[in-house]
Amino acid sequence: MFISWGIIQSAVELGLIYSMVALALFLSYSMLNVCDLSTDGCYTLGCSVGSMVALTGHPVLALLAAIGSGICSGFVTAFLQTRMKIESLLAGIIVNTGLYTINIMILGKATVSLNDAPTVFTWMKKVLAGTPLADCYKLVVALCFVILTVLFLVLFLRTRLGLSIRATGNNKDMVRSSSLNPTTMITIGLCCSNAITALGGCLIGEYNKTCDINMGTGMVTIALASLIIGETIFGKKTVPWRAVGVVIGAVIYRIVVAVALRLNMPATALKLVSAVIVAVAISYPTVVRALALQNRRLSTRGISLYRILQAAFAALTVLFILLSVFTSGSRPLMILLALLCAVFLILMITADRKERRDSHAGA
Amino acid sequence: MLVLDNVSKTFNPGTVNSKTALDRLSLHVLPGDFITIIGSNGAGKSTLFNAVCGEFYPDSGTVTLDGRDITWLPMHKRAAAIGHLFQDPMRGTAPGMTIEENLALASGRGGWFGTISRQDREFFRERLAELDMGLEDRMKQPVGLLSGGQRQALTLLMATVNPPKLLLLDEHTAALDPATAEKVTELTERIVKESNLTCLMVTHNMQAALDMGSRTIMMDAGRIIYDTSGEERKRLTVADLMDLFRARTGAALDNDRMLLR
Repeated sequence: MFISWGIIQSAVELGLIYSMVALALFLSYSMLNVCDLSTDGCYTLGCSVGSMVALTGHPVLALLAAIGSGICSGFVTAFLQTRMKIESLLAGIIVNTGLYTINIMILGKATVSLNDAPTVFTWMKKVLAGTPLADCYKLVVALCFVILTVLFLVLFLRTRLGLSIRATGNNKDMVRSSSLNPTTMITIGLCCSNAITALGGCLIGEYNKTCDINMGTGMVTIALASLIIGETIFGKKTVPWRAVGVVIGAVIYRIVVAVALRLNMPATALKLVSAVIVAVAISYPTVVRALALQNRRLSTRGISLYRILQAAFAALTVLFILLSVFTSGSRPLMILLALLCAVFLILMITADRKERRDSHAGA
Repeated sequence: MLVLDNVSKTFNPGTVNSKTALDRLSLHVLPGDFITIIGSNGAGKSTLFNAVCGEFYPDSGTVTLDGRDITWLPMHKRAAAIGHLFQDPMRGTAPGMTIEENLALASGRGGWFGTISRQDREFFRERLAELDMGLEDRMKQPVGLLSGGQRQALTLLMATVNPPKLLLLDEHTAALDPATAEKVTELTERIVKESNLTCLMVTHNMQAALDMGSRTIMMDAGRIIYDTSGEERKRLTVADLMDLFRARTGAALDNDRMLLR
């Protein structure tokens, strides 16, 4: 079978665990409006700290240790950008670089195996042995942690402290005039988000039974891609709705990855795909506005820009599909490009429809 | 109440852009005063407010509020005692959050981990109803959807929901259309009277400067050049103000937004 239940299940498990990182970015990026580039290093930090503690035979203590390490990392990032006035992107990059050495020091070598150590997953396997849920013990663990994290975020963001953090990302002046200190809010927010990131890293370590120094590379982009997929599908309505959307976005991302891997796409291409998703999604509103403007300008000369672009993308899609059939070497790349062109084609069609509807409403 | 003693502030000192915004300025505000402030562009009106609310620390001089020296107190710590409204209606509210969430933050009710309770909502609803803008039925809507006038009225409510010791109004109706500006002005007068607030207001409307409040000061080049209250003020007209300004500075009162009405 092309896609088996097993593949879907492990994609959902991975998606749920990775969604912890996306939820952390939901707090720092969507709520606090800080792009925290220390995510990559913090994720690995959580995994290394957790792995070393898990190797001593305390898998639950490992999770707590990971959370603690995440809080420390978040505090340093926040300290650099608030008290030391380092640009927030740069502060994240600095911490990320420093964490690489720290992670190597913690692990002692580049890769540590957890094969013999008890983890929360093996523990759950024992608990569920003999019950109908025995086959999806990993899913149960992942689901529990994600539900706890979502609940924590939703309840936390409703409190006065949570509201203050949201307001800090919205309008710092207003926070100051409500006699709250934005510095404190950014610090608390980044400590919380990095704690969640590190917890996610620790869980992935226990899930894969391995911790690698390079496991975090590109994590911030992947998590942002999940976040954006979730917010595109679920919209930006209430906080609980958005948080659930982020989790589902992460799961969708992992399912897409699983399908892509089934299509023999090289695993290394995935980072490019997530980079493209993030870049396109964030620039999407600007491009749409520019296109709409050009379309209106050209329509006075009787030319429909959308029509031309639709034809172009349709032709490219067909071309890449044909190429993928008739060439053997770079088939995955061709399939990837065909998919991308198809997505752009759909976007052009929806934009054209919207434009027509709006102009009808205007007339 | 509020005492500024010989406060000076020079921006970009030692450069060609050096600008003395406040020049040994002293001001004594009495409890219950409602002071209107007029002056030409760059006279230091907004700088005076920024010195009071802690946007920057003065080069010299002291700021005292209610007997407490606040010269070196950071801005967010003064904010509990000082309400500040700006010309820009977007500045005082968080657009992505709902009306009730904005009010909850401003009112500071409940502890750090408290949430908005039913009593809080009831309280906010009553206060919003007093604005008479229909906002009490839109409490779950993001503030970003409100008009400039509605946002400014909400900001006014947020600044005064816990009556501050001092209210600073920096041309807070200047960006609104005339009808809305009048409405917000009315609200301001009512709220100031009800809570018996001490208030400083910068205005570009000469007539309003004389009609509103109990005392008027005129500023130029970082100093107070004229300070009037009581019977003397009641007899003043806009023409008198213009003449006074010309007599004291040797130049015509020049403000690009000025209304002489």
